Amino acid sequence: MQQTMPTAAGAAPARRRKERIDRGIKARSDDVFALTSYREMLYVAIPPAIPVVLLLVLPLILPIYWQKVLLSAAVFAVLAMSWDFLASVGMVSLGQALFFGVGAYVAGILDHYLGLPVWLSIPLGTLFGGLICTVLLLPVLRLRGIYFAMVTLVLPLMFERIIEATGLLGGTEGLTGLTSFPNPWIELYLIGTVVLLTLFGFRRLMTSDYGLVLKGIRDNDRSVMSAGLNIYWYKAQALFIGGAICAFCGAYMTHVQMFVGMPAFALDYSILPIATAVVGGMGTFAGSVLGAFLLVPLSEFLRGVGGWRTVLYALSLVGFIVLLPEGIFHYVRRKYHQFERWVGVEASS
Amino acid sequence: MADNQQNREKPILLRVDGLSKSFGGVHAVVGVSFELRRNELLGIIGPNGSGKTTLVNLITGFLRPDAGRVIYGGRDITGWMPYRIARLGIARTFQMVKPFPALPAFKNLVIPLFSPRVKSLAGGRYGDRDSVAKDLLEDVGFERESSVTYKAAGSLPHGYLKRLELAKCLALRADLIILDELFSGLSIAELAGIVPIIEKLMVEGKTVIMIEHRLRELFRIADRVVVLNFGRAIAEGKPAEVMEKDEVKKAYLGSEEEEG
Amino acid sequence: MLEVTIIYGFVNSVILALVALGFGLTFGISGVSNFAYGALYVLAGYVVWIFINKLHIPFVVAACLGVVLTAFLGAVLYRFVLLRVRGLVLSEVIATFGVGLAILELFRCLGFTGFEYTLPVFTDGSILIGNTYIDHQRLWIVGIGVTLAVGLYFFTHHTKLGLAFRGIAQDERTALSLGINSDKIAEISVAFGAGLAALAAIVILPRGLISVNEGYDVLINAMAVCIIGGLGSTVGVVAAAFVIGYAQIISEALVGPHWKMIVSLIAILVILVVKPSGLFGKQKELEERI
Ligand SMILES: Nc1ncnc2c1ncn2[C@@H]1O[C@H](COP(=O)(O)OP(=O)(O)O)[C@@H](O)[C@H]1O
Ligand SMILES: [Mg+2]
Repeated sequence: MQQTMPTAAGAAPARRRKERIDRGIKARSDDVFALTSYREMLYVAIPPAIPVVLLLVLPLILPIYWQKVLLSAAVFAVLAMSWDFLASVGMVSLGQALFFGVGAYVAGILDHYLGLPVWLSIPLGTLFGGLICTVLLLPVLRLRGIYFAMVTLVLPLMFERIIEATGLLGGTEGLTGLTSFPNPWIELYLIGTVVLLTLFGFRRLMTSDYGLVLKGIRDNDRSVMSAGLNIYWYKAQALFIGGAICAFCGAYMTHVQMFVGMPAFALDYSILPIATAVVGGMGTFAGSVLGAFLLVPLSEFLRGVGGWRTVLYALSLVGFIVLLPEGIFHYVRRKYHQFERWVGVEASS
Repeated sequence: MADNQQNREKPILLRVDGLSKSFGGVHAVVGVSFELRRNELLGIIGPNGSGKTTLVNLITGFLRPDAGRVIYGGRDITGWMPYRIARLGIARTFQMVKPFPALPAFKNLVIPLFSPRVKSLAGGRYGDRDSVAKDLLEDVGFERESSVTYKAAGSLPHGYLKRLELAKCLALRADLIILDELFSGLSIAELAGIVPIIEKLMVEGKTVIMIEHRLRELFRIADRVVVLNFGRAIAEGKPAEVMEKDEVKKAYLGSEEEEG
Repeated sequence: MLEVTIIYGFVNSVILALVALGFGLTFGISGVSNFAYGALYVLAGYVVWIFINKLHIPFVVAACLGVVLTAFLGAVLYRFVLLRVRGLVLSEVIATFGVGLAILELFRCLGFTGFEYTLPVFTDGSILIGNTYIDHQRLWIVGIGVTLAVGLYFFTHHTKLGLAFRGIAQDERTALSLGINSDKIAEISVAFGAGLAALAAIVILPRGLISVNEGYDVLINAMAVCIIGGLGSTVGVVAAAFVIGYAQIISEALVGPHWKMIVSLIAILVILVVKPSGLFGKQKELEERI
């Protein structure tokens, strides 16, 4: 203080200080912006543009092998966002594989037994996948806490074993020789579009009044109930939304792999999305995408050594939830908000 | 009060008939019955653990009674789910104020304003929830366009949280409002701000049940009081009369000094 | 046929009870649902196997070391993982699930699969009950299982530590004001549960191979028994173990071996729909409508 005063009196012509860019942009709350320059507009517009540009450009420049990795990352990003969505409504799922598997099998059945084309089996798989899972989970919606988690953990395992035991739907062999996408570009851009729609859709939804009600169910369900809102109905809606999105991934992968079998219910599809969302940062959706695009390529390097992938996921999951529960995205965002610029200082101050 | 005569002619809004509830071995509420007329302010008092909150939970459907009936506006609502009861126009506050801490104060009202009851009362439209919410907050004493309205609810002082809780009830435009220890933890000055709001509700024709420990403030506004002890209604009547009864004095002997 | 079903159903029920006691105890005391439970069970099996076959420690010593070590790992799990996320149910579940997964998949990666991974039976041979042969190990299982269940009941009802456990389970705040350190008790409860998992593993595993997949099955069975019995009730655990135990054996005999697990899974779903607090559950939370 005392040191700066004399220099201020000296008044060098180019006096300046640092200022955070977001200062002045944010008025009162997070969603009220007052933009005054191109620079500030860019500051606001760049972050959402990053995933859009990446998902449009990457398929064009990546070699075939890494295109497959991109595809897989995109699928896990969507699964993770769905998990994150359900968790923010207070439904912690340990079995995204349930939604994924049901969607995958519905699409597989429609293709194999009814011979429906891809553009029908995927939407129907999405719709019925979501519906079937919602109906299955309706009975546990009224239970709090760990019961929902336990049931979601149990259901995919149960389906897996029922298929194994009864030999229905191809049994242990699964259904093979299913229709593929007409060309790889459609394949890639379809999932890319879905990632973006899910990302921006969920971010939008959760800040809308409807989203606030959903979040309210997690934070204080009694308060929501006493407002005359049927929380079970809202939970069922959320379950359908989250489930259908996962079911889409299942149906999509069925046609990418031209196969559906018991692996569709594998634990991988449950644990990877959770790890992805937790590492990226829960409650932000962007974190899920970020997490998927970090973890999935990273795990590619462990491909040769078999099951290490799951170990990596499990360990990063535990590490983050214990040590850095905010996740990476929160950290990145904070840094971004702290970007500074030089501004001239008026002599009068 | 003087208008007791008049009260007698008003229709009965709520009738509680032999309500009982026990948790394991604890008999929280035992055969409580009372009637409530429209536009009446009923106080429910009793020492800690006497079953007041449990009674509210039974009326509002958060607990299912072991025995007894709740009749509201001539309709038997015993065992209904809380959201259905709320839609009929019974709003309540919770003893533990639990706002949505990350949301601005006015956004906390979005949830009650999302209620189907609000929609149907407004003729099938919700309207601009944010501005309705700000109006409501002003009604309960949040200064208009001041920063408290926009502050994260988690950082509001206790007095404002209580007002917020009250505003949630008002948002529902309920006919019967049940306030569970609304006054607890408030300073005299804060009370002076809140009591007129409740008096205004009475003028508007609402019916109110107040669970209270702050007897002096309650007795100034209550038409009638029910005293609970160990889950039983041990006395009922006008505030001044009730406190004269021996069993009430006995029940309150232990907690008299903390009442101050 | 009927006789076989009755006897093997009984043994199977005791196995389920043994497997579930630890999980139920931990939850009943501290409210922690330890999703790493199955992993700790399998881990105990492998650890004892290593002690016996690689370090050539005598079986009894190896078994005791195995139990102590697993219990210690339980305490570590609490101290370094659970304690930091205590109270956040979501994080508790995810963290323990993640730990369990890491342990199990680590064993898989390290190549711990094959026919050599078996634990020795306590004593060899079998006896004839009626017309049914039953091997000594199954008798050991029944003996130890019954002893343990009865012992636990007495422990929680008649010892100081046990009563403190129950005090915490019933009312954490009051227990705190009586000078009971709830974190310490919770740590002990997780360690205790892990130790019970290890004990169950040492008794039960000699019947077959130690395998990674067993970890998932054990977790599911433990959850099934505890949910059906009512989380936090010892009597409930035993009763539910018999319900599922016999249901499994009967369906195995009638339809096929694959259905054993499916019975547990379906039982969980049915009970959650019909009576979510379980047969003997006294969960306050579920008493309320929401
Ligand atoms: N959900 C519950 N489970 C078990 N006991 C309860 C529950 N709710 C209240 N009780 C018991 O019922 C009695 C009455 O409690 P309550 O209605 O909260 O009293 P008050 O509001 O008058 O202080 C107390 O002994 C309390 O411990
Ligand atoms: Mg109370």
